[in-house]
Amino acid sequence: MTDIEIIGQQLADLIKKYNADYIEARLEQSQKSYITYRGRELESIGQATAIGGNIRALIKGGWGFVSFNETGNLPTKVELAVKQAKLVGREESKLAPVEPIVDTVSTPHNPTTKPLAEKKQLLDEYNELIWRTPKLQTSVIGYGDSHKKTIFISSEGSFITQERSDINLRLSAVATGNGEVQQAGLSVGSPGDFKAISSLHQQVAGMAKRAVELLSSPQVKGGEYTVVLDPILAGVFAHEAFGHLSESDFVYENERLRQLMVLGKRFGSERLNIVDSAATPGLRGSYKYDDEGVPAVKNYLIREGRLVGRLHSRETAARMGEKPTGNARALNYHYPPIVRMTNTYIEPGSISFDDIIAEIKEGVYAKNWFGGTTAMEMFTFSAGEAYMIRNGKLAEALRPVVLTGNVFITLNNIDAIGNDLEMNQGGGCGKGMQVPLPVANGSPHIRIQKCLAGGR
Amino acid sequence: MEDILTQAKKVAEAAEVFMVSSEETPVQFEANRLKRIQAKQSTSVALRIIKEGKIGYATTTELGDTKGLVNSAVETAQFGIKAGFGLPTKTNYPKIDVFDPDTESIPIERMIELGQELIALVTKHTPDIICEAMVTKDIISLQLMNTAGGEASYKKSIFSLGIMGSLIRGTDMLLVGESQGSCNPITTPHEVANVVIQQLELAKNQASVPTGQLPVILTPRGVVSALVPSLMMAFNGKVVLQGASPIGNKLGQQVFDPKLSLWDDPTLAYRPNSRPADDEGVPSQRTPLIEGGRVANFFYDLQTAALAHTRSTGNGSRNGGLPTPSPSTLTIAPGKTSFDEMVSDIKEGLVIEQLMGAEQGNILGGDFSGNVLLGFKIESGKIVGRVKNTMVSGNVYRVLKEVAAIGSKPEWVGGFIHTPHIYCPRLSVASK
Repeated sequence: MTDIEIIGQQLADLIKKYNADYIEARLEQSQKSYITYRGRELESIGQATAIGGNIRALIKGGWGFVSFNETGNLPTKVELAVKQAKLVGREESKLAPVEPIVDTVSTPHNPTTKPLAEKKQLLDEYNELIWRTPKLQTSVIGYGDSHKKTIFISSEGSFITQERSDINLRLSAVATGNGEVQQAGLSVGSPGDFKAISSLHQQVAGMAKRAVELLSSPQVKGGEYTVVLDPILAGVFAHEAFGHLSESDFVYENERLRQLMVLGKRFGSERLNIVDSAATPGLRGSYKYDDEGVPAVKNYLIREGRLVGRLHSRETAARMGEKPTGNARALNYHYPPIVRMTNTYIEPGSISFDDIIAEIKEGVYAKNWFGGTTAMEMFTFSAGEAYMIRNGKLAEALRPVVLTGNVFITLNNIDAIGNDLEMNQGGGCGKGMQVPLPVANGSPHIRIQKCLAGGR
Repeated sequence: MEDILTQAKKVAEAAEVFMVSSEETPVQFEANRLKRIQAKQSTSVALRIIKEGKIGYATTTELGDTKGLVNSAVETAQFGIKAGFGLPTKTNYPKIDVFDPDTESIPIERMIELGQELIALVTKHTPDIICEAMVTKDIISLQLMNTAGGEASYKKSIFSLGIMGSLIRGTDMLLVGESQGSCNPITTPHEVANVVIQQLELAKNQASVPTGQLPVILTPRGVVSALVPSLMMAFNGKVVLQGASPIGNKLGQQVFDPKLSLWDDPTLAYRPNSRPADDEGVPSQRTPLIEGGRVANFFYDLQTAALAHTRSTGNGSRNGGLPTPSPSTLTIAPGKTSFDEMVSDIKEGLVIEQLMGAEQGNILGGDFSGNVLLGFKIESGKIVGRVKNTMVSGNVYRVLKEVAAIGSKPEWVGGFIHTPHIYCPRLSVASK
């Protein structure tokens, strides 16, 4: 097996020899395993190893990027990255200054070394539970884990070795009846600790039951409602609707968007606080240094209802005259780092769930993540589970609802924030081609006035 | 590759090695300017074995580590599923043109110019638009070899050109975009630019829609964002085998409007998803999925086909993992009605160009529900402006059971789907 430490040492010397404003190299060695089930049967089981790296060069504001699996011929690769950067560069290079760092960060967990038999045993148990539910048509289980070691080297003198692990588990159950198909899902994860996913038996059984119940549930009538989101869905909302707009690579070269996202602007009530923090340990979006070697921080995006911060790479921070936040992340060595979220959440308030719904005459309680996407101000996100709220009480179950809106209006329409913060570790974030990146998001229960729900 | 096969043969009854190498060069523009040039080299090798009747699978990028790869595949085979299929033997493949030396030799300087020309055309129309653009070429080599004597290898070139523009006025944001791909080089930016310019033209004014049931015209891009995800799920042999496809037991039955025909065809020359053989070495073929509204076929890979007691349709694709059924190049047959005729037929309705989030709902059941990211209001037979804050919901099976008309002028969407406009008599629209 090739040792990336040795290549790293060679590159550390090499990249200093070229005439560029900045050069960095990232090397990566990874192991993965995955198991999927479709229906009662195992569908696939496999393992993968990969080794690779990249060189990124900056000259006069232009970037060159070369990625590779073949680790020979390093000078040619650095030369190519420099040549490309020269072709692009037409202005001044700007990078927010950071101290060079030499450090080694390890992880306590490596799920890829756990015997496949033990992983399969747990998934068999879950699948067994799913299939105890009558009227079930099929189910899908997807388990994946990974462990990777990366070395980051910069022409400024950084040499950072970091290990990261990740586990992701998705389960879904599909029920059919009267020519209709309904499904319910569960998505969980952890930064490598297998225990975090090993006692979900009750939730898994509940999920399968829910899929069957949906067959006899009505769909919500399309229109505006007072909507209460559970912590999972509210976390997705914070991530999708607001988080993506805080990514300053969207903002920094767009004068109009800069005006719209000006610091100090009011976005919500004084009770609203939204945070992104890779520095909070033990979550799927946690790390010590980002993929540009910048230390992670706890970063308030909205504080007391006002925009106070955003997510930066070194370049976006410099161009906007703000501090770097350590949010430059790359999915793997095939890609250059771009501005990404980490662990994004709405801070808890003081109201209980019962009080949040108490005054709602007719509304929708939307729970559980199914998906979400955004295009600038507009967002849609879908709940895996939903109920009508009638006269302050939860009423009949609904088919999954899709909620949509304009983030600027919707954030202002949040009029209650619960006291029950929970972090959701399922799923992953997509941006550009780089998907799925491990992130976490969370929130307490929140209430939104006048939210548009799609339906019949 | 032969070495891996030889080693694997010592420990397994059958084995197959699949190797793919790619040299990709993306040229990226941000905020109307050239921003980044990349060169991405990657090679990976996948080993599938059948040991004691069960499938084992492993992949690596470390070509030298044959032993590690074989051991890893053997470890997974103890838990693997029972192999229902035999690997394809030596076959003569159809000759499908998917490599163009002109794509390989196109210089990076020309790619930069092309992106600049594209942005210039769009910004000439709308000076304050901010565009991201990408010009990419990708040269791919695929090789497959198995212990049954099967062997396939081919080289492919892909060239793609795409642009996304955002126009912000106050708190109003308009997003427009288009992308095309081909095995041949795209030599002029006009076709892509014209789609975007047309979108900008139609979006100049704003219009509002009522909540209720309205007639809707899906443009080729609208068809892809609203209907195709559900359909591809339903025709996937694996979903059918599990009994989860709403049309799984309706082979030969009239499920859709008689005007509707859909097929999958990886033998079309110079399409990015075309190929002489699929990723398991099964020869490419044209597979009708809907013929005159009747369910004609589902698409299969080897394993799924074996379990379903049918033949692979040559739709085994790998995406880093084991082969799984997936469509290649799709075509929806054109109809007789022009887009203008459709518009003039509508008193009050919508044109949908992009639906956002349509794939999030219960797509297995055919439901789609999404925000109209880009769509236009029709009043008395004329497009009057862009709609905002509007959701559209429907069910593919209800929508396609009776369509009002199918367009006469199909377009390629992203290079993968050739589809005309589809005119739906009514869809549920919610607006604020």
